[in-house]
Amino acid sequence: MELSYTVAVLIIPIVMFLFLGIVGVKLSKKTAGLLGTCAMGVTTLIAYASALTYFFGTSQGQIVDGVRQQLEVLDITWLQFTENLVIKLGILLDPISAMMLIVITTVSLMVHIYSLGYMDGEKGFQRYYAFLSLFTFSMLGLVVATNIFQMYIFWELVGVSSYLLIGFYYTLPAAVSASKKAFIVTRFADLGFLLGILILSFYTKTFDFVTLTSNPSAAITSAGGATFMGCSVMAWALTLIFMGGAGKSAMFPLHIWLPDAMEGPTPVSALIHAATMVVAGVYLVARLFPVYCLEEGTMTVITVIGCVTALYAAAVACVQSDIKRVLAFSTISQIAFMITSLGVARPELHEGVGYMASMFHLFTHAMFKALLFLCAGAIIHAVHSNEMSKMGGLRKYMPICNIAFLIGCLAISGIWPFAGFFSKDEILVAAYANSPVWGIWLSAVAGMTAFYMFRLYYKIFWWNNPDYGHHTPHEAPMTMTFPLIFLSLVSIVAGFVPFGDLVTWNRGVLHTQIVWAVAGTSTVIAVAAIALATVLYYKENPVPTKMADACRGLWTAAYKRFYMDELYQFITHKIIFACISRPIAWFDRRIIDGTFDLLANVTNSASYAVRKLQGGTIQGYVLVYILGAAILAAVSIICLI
Amino acid sequence: MLGGLALSKSVKQVRAVAVTGATALMALAAYLVIEFLSLRAAGDVSPMLFTGSWTWFAPLNINLALGVDGISVVMIVLSAFIVFAGVFASWNLKPLTKEYFMWFCLLSTGVFGFFISIDMFTMFMFYEVALIPMYLLIGVWGSGNKNYSAMKLTLMLMGGSAFLMLGLIGIYFHSAPEGGQLTMNILEIAENNAIPHEWQYYLFPMTFVGFGVLGAMFPFHTWSPDGHASAPTAVSMLHAGVLMKLGGYGCFRIAIFLMPWATQELSWIFLVLTGISVVYGAFSACVQTDLKYINAYSSVSHCGMVLFAILMLNTTAMTGAVLQMLSHGLMTALFFALIGMIYGRTHTRDIRKMGGLMQIMPFLGVGYVVAGMASLGLPGLSGFVAEMTIFVGSFQHADMFHRVFTVMACCSIVITAVYILRVVGKILFGAVQDEHHKTLTDAEWHERFAVVTLILAVAAIGCFPNFFSNIITEAADPIMKLFA
Repeated sequence: MELSYTVAVLIIPIVMFLFLGIVGVKLSKKTAGLLGTCAMGVTTLIAYASALTYFFGTSQGQIVDGVRQQLEVLDITWLQFTENLVIKLGILLDPISAMMLIVITTVSLMVHIYSLGYMDGEKGFQRYYAFLSLFTFSMLGLVVATNIFQMYIFWELVGVSSYLLIGFYYTLPAAVSASKKAFIVTRFADLGFLLGILILSFYTKTFDFVTLTSNPSAAITSAGGATFMGCSVMAWALTLIFMGGAGKSAMFPLHIWLPDAMEGPTPVSALIHAATMVVAGVYLVARLFPVYCLEEGTMTVITVIGCVTALYAAAVACVQSDIKRVLAFSTISQIAFMITSLGVARPELHEGVGYMASMFHLFTHAMFKALLFLCAGAIIHAVHSNEMSKMGGLRKYMPICNIAFLIGCLAISGIWPFAGFFSKDEILVAAYANSPVWGIWLSAVAGMTAFYMFRLYYKIFWWNNPDYGHHTPHEAPMTMTFPLIFLSLVSIVAGFVPFGDLVTWNRGVLHTQIVWAVAGTSTVIAVAAIALATVLYYKENPVPTKMADACRGLWTAAYKRFYMDELYQFITHKIIFACISRPIAWFDRRIIDGTFDLLANVTNSASYAVRKLQGGTIQGYVLVYILGAAILAAVSIICLI
Repeated sequence: MLGGLALSKSVKQVRAVAVTGATALMALAAYLVIEFLSLRAAGDVSPMLFTGSWTWFAPLNINLALGVDGISVVMIVLSAFIVFAGVFASWNLKPLTKEYFMWFCLLSTGVFGFFISIDMFTMFMFYEVALIPMYLLIGVWGSGNKNYSAMKLTLMLMGGSAFLMLGLIGIYFHSAPEGGQLTMNILEIAENNAIPHEWQYYLFPMTFVGFGVLGAMFPFHTWSPDGHASAPTAVSMLHAGVLMKLGGYGCFRIAIFLMPWATQELSWIFLVLTGISVVYGAFSACVQTDLKYINAYSSVSHCGMVLFAILMLNTTAMTGAVLQMLSHGLMTALFFALIGMIYGRTHTRDIRKMGGLMQIMPFLGVGYVVAGMASLGLPGLSGFVAEMTIFVGSFQHADMFHRVFTVMACCSIVITAVYILRVVGKILFGAVQDEHHKTLTDAEWHERFAVVTLILAVAAIGCFPNFFSNIITEAADPIMKLFA
């Protein structure tokens, strides 16, 4: 079939993973790295070819009545449960999966190249490239999934790749516990996802995305009005599936793993925890969007969670001191924008602009956030610390990085003509169309975004430099600056991609134009926020500290991420471990095992007691014999009488 | 098949013979699968293939009746794999190597015999043959509090068999309609379907509990942690890997197959017990500090899942149960092999005393991570396939009772992740805890061989599940039609 060569984007990375994983240690570091990068390059080319053919190809059947068709270019039965419920492995090409192919392969290739420089000299270099290949394979498998169970399979695989990469520095306790936390929190969310799949498939009798989304109202009504605790079972199913997405996409209150995940190598944070894996939740909701938008209740849940997360994460990001933590919270906040955008999208509101906006923002955010993380990596590489207090004045030492970072900041703040301006504008349009409440809320958060990003920027590049000693920071090597330059260019031009023509909820064409009332306001807000950041942080001054002192309680709460980690710590250790696991273990050893031991002991002592009767003394036997005879005699006499 | 048994019986001398025997077993198992599949492909639809029957004790109509269906075929393959890997894992075992392998082979004979029997009496006999060597293997070659553990294990399992024997005798006396020829043959009993309901009411729990003890069903599971902790490596492997599956297989082949009415009536009691097993075992595993205890409790949880799925009484869940037996057998064997190897080096199984082993023995470390990933259900390894089949199967029951227990069982995937990652993080990652550990060596060739064999098997099920699930479904389907 046409486009069936797309399968190569899955085969190449998995082969690379097995190859580097098994024989990697025998190769030199350079060979392993280059091999991995070249393989990724080929994968990228194939993915581009496939995606561009999909979008702009003119062959028959690709576009019918102005609607792009969903193409299943591969479908293999993997596991048959029942007659209807079959897990297939396949490749589904449609606008969002084709777009994701581009996003994933681009960022992954840049990270591969960048890591050649960044990870140079690290122990386990080959292992690192093997894991990167595994991740790329899993992520690509996730986005091209033809059915929800295939998505779940790859969903788990990206989870484990993320676990392995966060814990890459496995000798550091912080990295080990961060990886564990990431896995368990997302696993918990995946439990919801799994239950959601089970409910959904039980009623609709299918896992298949095309079947589900081509006739969404049939899917909704298949439950026949069954309810559970006052809500329809379909609402439960969709909300539980969203829970899985919320876990992966680090939505409040399941976000706690993402900031800790920054313990992994920085390029990994750029790839997995900024650009690709963490948007899987957004992708999941978008995938099932036609079904979701029929469940008003679930859509409200999504919107509210998105809005709360956006504000929460932005507030925390304003006071963090670790550069990667700021970026992590900023990622959470930006993903919340995408989630909210899906939550407020309705087919009837501006032709479903929210859906398009969400995907658009996913695309642009992947580019500029990867850029910001890779810049952060270069900075950390130069000053050997994550703490902002160890940085300052870096614009003199790292000019390329300075400009790239500035571009990233402008893009995320939504300043024309950078990419974020366009996508964020569409999100705000969608939010205002749904309800002004969400619109104003998101505008405010967008202002905060501009503020904390520029706070970060000034503190790193403008403040007086601390004493760097004899080790002056310098610009990163070419392998690291090339990805920065490339991604900067993409961040500048990505906003001009005509997303409305390419990626829409009904796969048709959406006519968008910039709504200046919204765009103008948000630009004004962004500029004001930047101005405020400039005043406060342009150079070191006592005003911010005084302000922090003035509202010490709030500041500390935000710095401590509003005590969410402590809450989880309490629940897991004090409640689950101490009040469930330990009592069960005790109960098992003492009560259940004790009962059996008691049985054994009783038997034992009974045997000892009985043993005395067989003591081997003639006198004893005779005594018993006489006694027995006497009793028998007595009994028979009594009976006779 | 019988050739394989004869060979394994004759294995008496040293490793060379043991390896030859185990390899021959593998080859025969593979041959059996190929023959089986080709016969099925040729359209042979009889419930059991390769049947044979030899009169043993005519007055009671006891025969040595043998035969296999899809489920027993996969169980035989599993056993062959584990025996094979077990031989390599106990390469350096001393003292009394010869005696050890003799008992080991007797045990395997019992296991294979059990899976191919279709006569209740011979089945029970092989069952006992498999259990009793365990006492000596643990008592003589074990470690720690081995006398206590060996005694406890044997007595508890014998207690189970006492129930079982009563149950089997009861079934025998009602095996045919009034005045008919009584029989021990399972297929004939099922066909006669003559056990009166009031008798089923008593016989079903007896046989189910009898086998359930071996399947580590709550609250009869306590032999398992102690027994496993004291047993030598290969015995733990074989015991958790295969012997515990005898329980699940027996429950299905005798209790459920022969007494469908009582099954439907009483399954809820055992669903509650096995449902508890699943969660309870997992929670207990979270706080253990001995590697083998962790794994033993994890086995309680996973084997609980097997019985749980069997009691769901539909084809999908049943297929999942058999897949879970396969999957759990292989990955527990892998776990115990690795634990044995680690213990052989560090001389401790206390997770608090280990750390950073990944740097010292990367091969064993990676093996342990793979086993852990299989256990917590990573797609591409066997655990995922089995668990998902079970969950989808269980979810086909729409009533509240089944739903609640299914959701409970699903929760175990999170708890499993907790205890697996806890152990992996503690012993493999982090800084090296004990200075003496730095001088330790990584796996030797025979250990690598055992580990790789098992990992490949786990990955094969995980990557190509449909091959296995089709064989099983075919066998499970006619039986589960009894409950449709």
